[in-house]
Amino acid sequence: MKKTIITVVGKDTVGIIAKVCTFLADNGINILDISQTIVGGYFNMMMVTDATAYPHPAAQLADEMEALGKEMGLSIRCMHEDIFNSMHRV
Amino acid sequence: MINFTEATETIRMITQENLDVRTITMGISLLDCIDSDLGAMKEKIYGKITGKARDLVRTGEEISREYGIPIVNKRISVTPAALLGGSACREPGDYVEIALTLERAAQEVGVNFIGGFSALVSKGMTKSDEMLIRAIPEALARTERVCSSVNVGSTRCGIDMDAVRLMGEIILETAHRTADRDSLGCAKLVVFCNAPDDNPFMAGAFHGVTEGDAVINVGVSGPGVVKTALEQVRGEGFEVLCETIKKTAFKVTRVGQLVAQEASRRLGVPFGIIDLSLAPTPAVGDSVADILTEIGVEHPGAPGTTAALALLNDQVKKGGVMASSYVGGLSGAFIPVSEDQGMIGAVEAGALTLEKLEAMTCVCSVGLDMIAIPGDTPASTISGIIADEMAIGMVNQKTTAARLIPVIGKKVGDTVEFGGLLGHAPVMPVNGFSCADLIARKGRIPAPIHSFKN
Repeated sequence: MKKTIITVVGKDTVGIIAKVCTFLADNGINILDISQTIVGGYFNMMMVTDATAYPHPAAQLADEMEALGKEMGLSIRCMHEDIFNSMHRV
Repeated sequence: MINFTEATETIRMITQENLDVRTITMGISLLDCIDSDLGAMKEKIYGKITGKARDLVRTGEEISREYGIPIVNKRISVTPAALLGGSACREPGDYVEIALTLERAAQEVGVNFIGGFSALVSKGMTKSDEMLIRAIPEALARTERVCSSVNVGSTRCGIDMDAVRLMGEIILETAHRTADRDSLGCAKLVVFCNAPDDNPFMAGAFHGVTEGDAVINVGVSGPGVVKTALEQVRGEGFEVLCETIKKTAFKVTRVGQLVAQEASRRLGVPFGIIDLSLAPTPAVGDSVADILTEIGVEHPGAPGTTAALALLNDQVKKGGVMASSYVGGLSGAFIPVSEDQGMIGAVEAGALTLEKLEAMTCVCSVGLDMIAIPGDTPASTISGIIADEMAIGMVNQKTTAARLIPVIGKKVGDTVEFGGLLGHAPVMPVNGFSCADLIARKGRIPAPIHSFKN
């Protein structure tokens, strides 16, 4: 399984989760876990997803998610799980 | 599974604290390109580099996007060129031809620097070595990407003072040849003692003869991350300070290890080493000097700086070695002047002198780095500064280097702008007393004794 961590940060507004999840569903990406908070009007979300079925290179997903974020005035980062594992797990 | 706090910490390191992988450097052996016909050898060199490194830049960019970590530079190091031209090169101009070939190959594969226009002469120079060294000024003036280094000493062999004398002249000549660009050529020229075979950082990278056919070496960075971590433990004791540096160095190095393994797998080239160095850039918040300030000195150069740097360097290594299977290269804190906003500030404030920098190089990697000095500094004085730095490396069994830039037409107090990662530098004063008689002596300084360590 190719796990990808997606983080979304920005000013809270209606429909952020809906738009992000629709995009993921349209691209065959399964959501395994979501945690989300709002602090001082700022939306913070982290998703653990399985991108095994995504047909294109992972870099393209990162680019497309970033573009989607820009449309909504948010910062969306899409990173391979291993960078977090290698940094935080011995 | 990764939690929210950990994910946020990683992303903050990357987006706000300038965590990056400084370089993926592909080392390529050119020993199989040796030919007695210069034209044929140039063709083989070009073919080998462009073949091996064809996908280097693209692969680096893909990894960067997929993992969300900036990989700033993709570079190449090659076999020291002086080992290649023994039978093909008849005059320094022939070596310039090799430098131009390296430039063309680097341009073709899209790397910003290629290192290895080098000679290893710690005990003596062959004709070929000397020809290469004499070709350096023209080679660096006529190329943009080629980096040159000369190893003039080692703990095992001593210091080749004939080479030290020659390098003083060569550095000055390189400065003159690139005077229209603030003597920028000298920023691409390093003089080493105990040069490592697997250093991925420019300008001193070359692919040593002990290495395999091709190898991937990775240099990590992240002074900003260490600085931010130390902000959280202000006023705490040394134990907490050291623990904090170690933990941060571990995290930074793990990122490098991941990128190195991934690059190695995708390119089909063996992984060599991770270089643990804290490498600053002129960007605000990416400074080794700021870490020293955070540890507790008002400016780098103040009393206590050497102790703070020794501590920093050691803890970075202690944290880093556990994070990677193979550590090598220079692995320590870099203290270049022009490439570090905090160091520039310290020089401008009058806190940091050349002599204090020399003391600092005793406890860190690598040496007197990116230091602008007046353009009218005599060659013998430059050789004297190099000899001092080499002696420190030789006696202390460590790598030391000198990357000095005598800026033609500039004097103490002027500022030089190199641009990009090379930054800007105030021209620093040099001790005006002569060492010409010392430098005029022929021969070499013998290797130091390796026993009686008490």
